[in-house]
Amino acid sequence: MVGAQDPEASHPVQTGPVPRRQWSPVSAGLQLLSIGPVLILILLVVIFGAITPSFLKPINIGNILAQIAVIAVVAMGQHLVILTRGIDLSVGSNLALATVVGGLVFHVTDNALPVTLAMLISGALVGAVNGAVYVFGRLPHPFIVTLATLSICRGLALELAPNHTTMRGMPDFIQQVGGESYFTIPNLVIIPNSFFVVVGVALLMLLMAKAMVWGRWIYAVGGKPEAAVQMGIPVRAVLISTYVISGLCVGIGAVLTAGRTAAASPLNGNLLELDTIAAVIIGGASFLGGRGHIGHALVGAVMIGVIRNALNLLNVDVFFQMIAIGAIIVVAVEADVLRNFLEGRARVLQAARTQ
Amino acid sequence: MKAAPDSKPVLSVRGAQKHFGAVHALKDVSLDAYRGEVLALLGDNGAGKSTLIKCVSGVHALDEGEILLDGEPADISGPAGARRAGIETVYQDLALFDNLTPAQNFYCGREIAFPSWLPRGMRLLDKRKMDAEAARVIDRLKVRLPKFDAPVALMSGGQRQAIAVARSTVFARKVVILDEPTAALGLREARKVLDLIIQLRAEGNAVILITHNMEHVVELADRAVVLRQGRKVGELKPNRANQQELVSLIVGAEA
Repeated sequence: MVGAQDPEASHPVQTGPVPRRQWSPVSAGLQLLSIGPVLILILLVVIFGAITPSFLKPINIGNILAQIAVIAVVAMGQHLVILTRGIDLSVGSNLALATVVGGLVFHVTDNALPVTLAMLISGALVGAVNGAVYVFGRLPHPFIVTLATLSICRGLALELAPNHTTMRGMPDFIQQVGGESYFTIPNLVIIPNSFFVVVGVALLMLLMAKAMVWGRWIYAVGGKPEAAVQMGIPVRAVLISTYVISGLCVGIGAVLTAGRTAAASPLNGNLLELDTIAAVIIGGASFLGGRGHIGHALVGAVMIGVIRNALNLLNVDVFFQMIAIGAIIVVAVEADVLRNFLEGRARVLQAARTQ
Repeated sequence: MKAAPDSKPVLSVRGAQKHFGAVHALKDVSLDAYRGEVLALLGDNGAGKSTLIKCVSGVHALDEGEILLDGEPADISGPAGARRAGIETVYQDLALFDNLTPAQNFYCGREIAFPSWLPRGMRLLDKRKMDAEAARVIDRLKVRLPKFDAPVALMSGGQRQAIAVARSTVFARKVVILDEPTAALGLREARKVLDLIIQLRAEGNAVILITHNMEHVVELADRAVVLRQGRKVGELKPNRANQQELVSLIVGAEA
């Protein structure tokens, strides 16, 4: 640790004017890291656009948007949980359970409202259980409790679904929201309706995370939980709320999934937890908590969608897609480590510059 | 340019007793802190300094004895209560949020937000006002920061210490307690924090300073209270002449 040495020791006391802040490789590196994911995404789009002619066609861009809607919405919820140094492994099976609950309600009524509400409430309830067990069970980390609900929800979904299999049919409105496209920007993109749901959720999240006191508390809890207690922030309520919101996002994702497939399946949402965690990390949020914003989750979700779609178009085996996304996750986590290291360097440089 | 200390203490601890199981951590300790005065709280490790400070800042409750603020019994139940009563504490770990900017750190947990009819968590942050207020405090205390809108993680140890001290002054109306504020700092950065303490005193705060650095005590403190094994063993005005006496009081080696 060269950087840990006391910088005071080697410098005589300066008496002249304070040196101006100048360009330094450390701050440049930090800036590059902060825009890295967006740069990589642009690069990917350019490369794929060049080598696969159909990639940039309006219908394909519409396809990508439709494919990533669920990951994007659920990743935004996951992002809040990760901000507080947590993790929500249950989102995939929670989504399956929510669609099954919605499917069961659809058997009773074909009104879209109760079916939608059932899915949202089911998702949020599972989130509330995650948060409550984590906080009141005094668990050191939410990994285990969400692992447990991952298993429980999948089991419940399979048990509740008649014949343990897919239930066909969804109310028309849900099918329209989840599976159809009404708007087209000519020569550019056919916009799936689910895209507007993603935008709506993103705007609400942005309002909460950046403009509201509660959002500031979420960042504070993620930044330093002990200090948040000392500063009088209701840490337990903040933690539980992030899991409830994550569950609510799962409920919204369930509506989109059920609408797109016009069905409710206990097998929905397979490995969604990995996709959403990957999206948050690839997008540039810190796995260590406290750092990141909604944009990171969205960029990460788009990146996953773009890679999957392009490799599909290129007829690359699905196994290689998994390998590619895994490799990118490693790069993203290393970038996070590098950022922490550079910030440490920046601190030392600051101390050296203090007159 | 020292402000003349008031004649009445702003903070009085009377007959404080505290047990932790079999350990008698505070034995009938009394002390007074006055506005415009730096009171050094001295003692070797385990002497009871931290316990006393934690009782005053609401982390622990006294078993016996009372804490008076401006002569009135103070309601200090929990850290939030102590802060509401006007007692700010800067702990050794600073309790700063690395991922937030200085202004965000200043107001964390006590954000300026509107409209007031909403529950606190739902209100919208008044960022402009908080930024302006924080900038004013930073300016007044002559703290130099490289960038006002950068997260605290990017700042040096001294700057972080200065931010934590400055934060305490935003809300402190009576007492500021500093727990070893210079312990982890280099010479120049420590100097800056000492200047900050002088500034706090000049502004009429009662400053309680815990430190092991005798040079700082002699330079800054108007009075020093020495604890040893949970008991108050001395109170004097530190100066060069009695520095040695202070040290012997602390270690318990009166000749």
